[in-house]
Amino acid sequence: MPARTSWIPYALIAPSVIFLGALFLVPLVQTIWLSFSVGDGFSMENYQRMAGDLNFSLAVRNTFLLTLVVVPLQVVLALAMATMVTKLDKGRDLVLWVLTIPLGISDLAAGLAWLALLQNTGYLNSALYALGLIQGPMGWLSQETPWALFFAIVLAELWRATAIVLVILIAGLQLIPKEFSEAAEIFGAKPWTRFTKITLPLLKPSLQSALILRTVLAFEVFAVVYALGGRNFPVLAGEAYVWQNDNQNYGAAAAYAVLIMAISLAATAVYLRILRTRPEQLP
Amino acid sequence: MTHPVPLRAIAATAALFGGLSVAQAQETIFYSTQLRPIEEATKVREVLLKGLPGKTTYVVDEPPAFAVRMKAETQAGKRTASVVGALHGELQPHVSADLQPVDDVAAKLKDRVIPANLMELGKLGTNQQQYIPWMQATYVMVANKQALQYLPAGADVNSLTYAQLQQWGKNIVDKTGQRRLGFPAGPTGLLPRFFQGYFYPSFTGGVVTTFKSADAEAGWNTLKELWAVSNPNSTNYNFMQEPLLAGEVWIAWDHIARVKEALTLQPDQFVAFPAPAGPKGRGYMPVIAGLAIPKDAPNRTGGVAVIEHMTKPETQLATAAEVGFFPVVKADLPPNLAPGIKLLAGAVAATQNARDALVSLLPVGLGAKGGEFNKVYTDTFQRIVLRNEPVRDVLEAQAKVLDALMKDTGAPCWAPDKPSQGACAVQ
Repeated sequence: MPARTSWIPYALIAPSVIFLGALFLVPLVQTIWLSFSVGDGFSMENYQRMAGDLNFSLAVRNTFLLTLVVVPLQVVLALAMATMVTKLDKGRDLVLWVLTIPLGISDLAAGLAWLALLQNTGYLNSALYALGLIQGPMGWLSQETPWALFFAIVLAELWRATAIVLVILIAGLQLIPKEFSEAAEIFGAKPWTRFTKITLPLLKPSLQSALILRTVLAFEVFAVVYALGGRNFPVLAGEAYVWQNDNQNYGAAAAYAVLIMAISLAATAVYLRILRTRPEQLP
Repeated sequence: MTHPVPLRAIAATAALFGGLSVAQAQETIFYSTQLRPIEEATKVREVLLKGLPGKTTYVVDEPPAFAVRMKAETQAGKRTASVVGALHGELQPHVSADLQPVDDVAAKLKDRVIPANLMELGKLGTNQQQYIPWMQATYVMVANKQALQYLPAGADVNSLTYAQLQQWGKNIVDKTGQRRLGFPAGPTGLLPRFFQGYFYPSFTGGVVTTFKSADAEAGWNTLKELWAVSNPNSTNYNFMQEPLLAGEVWIAWDHIARVKEALTLQPDQFVAFPAPAGPKGRGYMPVIAGLAIPKDAPNRTGGVAVIEHMTKPETQLATAAEVGFFPVVKADLPPNLAPGIKLLAGAVAATQNARDALVSLLPVGLGAKGGEFNKVYTDTFQRIVLRNEPVRDVLEAQAKVLDALMKDTGAPCWAPDKPSQGACAVQ
């Protein structure tokens, strides 16, 4: 190889490295520093404020609960949808396009759309009332109905963010050679066996990407929760927002931000380890 | 000259940019957290700022963005706004670092007759004038006329007590099966001000010193009963005009700017009246917005001109008529106000002139801790009313937080608490 071209790869990645350095690494270091400083010195005070707050344990519990319920459901749904889409002969593009519409909608807009459905004077209550099932407007999103509120948030999140998993899984499914499945069929493997023994193992790299992406985003969930429940359902990112904007305590807000990052990094590390694919397992 | 055309283009461009920068130097940027909705901002641009010489650009921002921008511009050493308009509490965190004293402007405006207590608030706890009072508002109760038939016997909306309000809400629950009393307890609702300006003064005669008194304990127990007849969606309400207009809430307490739409859209459907009275009087809190000049303002003269213009009696009256904020200067409201604004003006006058009125001032001297001061009250509310924790224990625990906060800032007591030597302490 001629040596004179060796700088080209570096030059090509330089813009993104500079971009990440300026707009990601610098703020990251600043945030970490902000979370550990009070006045001019090093201190854990912000973390103590955060952990001692009345909404902290609730926010941790809610965020994990939401992630543990929403992410597995999304993967199952997306797997079913992706398998269905790949089996389609006609209208495949149209179906895929319709299924991915929620991807194009901002999460706050999605939250507001669900709010319009579920609030006291919303479409759900109107429909139930018209059917004679309720006497007057029912509150679904109040602090006195925590499970209905939780269910509403799960529903909105499923609707909004399953498509991103779907897109990744479809790309993964298309990479699996048809021959494996056909060979198994000749040997008499039933569809379910083919799915669990061939498709799923070969889909592992895509599942890994999808899980990492969705889990990290689930730990950052904010706009949908805020639109539907305000502060009735505290989550980590929401608390960071409240400390920053309402309480004007930037240190405690930074502590929350660092905590969310630590949880996301830990989750990513777990996925990378559990769903590791050795090169010989790749199709 | 081998390239005459490009050179000429460069010269023209330079002249253009030079011209622009001169134009920018003459422009006055008026940066505000108030009158943000597009209709109100348009009124400011097209009506209220009319008659000012030179170009004034009115720019609005949410309060948190305002705070960040003021600090960022100070750090960067590059200021864009020459005059800022914000609430008393929003200006407070910027004292000394981001604002410059305006004693000279205050001296110029002597003839406007702004009440001395308002001017004193404008010093923000320092000995120099930090802002000039711009306009004022307060909080009122608004009720749907459908609710009036359920008023307890002998009760008059203009001299309501908290006990009567509770009975009123209970009557509505008993008769209609719906909890139709509402409070703005949502994420951006102004409930903290209810505690600081209404609930605590009315029940305890103080805000900080009486935080965990026996009177406060009794008050919180009353509030629990009040909450039992309040709409459970209250923790989602930020602006009470929305649930009022939707008919979801029949009786509400909120800032006049946040119920104005209900009153101006349907003046025949609603009544406005003062907040209720407790054992110690009818607590109420005036809200003051002020005009200040940021440090290193690019066009101080232009900024001063805006302040002079906005505090003219005729501009102040136009402000009341157009956007429903009331004058800080001596000026009588015209009789031809819109019906909704007239309702508000009536409720404000009834509040100020009530025999048992008990003025609660805005917190002074808390600096950047204003948000955490609010948090003490909302946390107490969450724990006692929403999570049903024992009143005594919560008050003891939160009093420690409040006491530490007051010591930390060294803020002396403000009315209705008795003046203190040094930091205001919880008793």
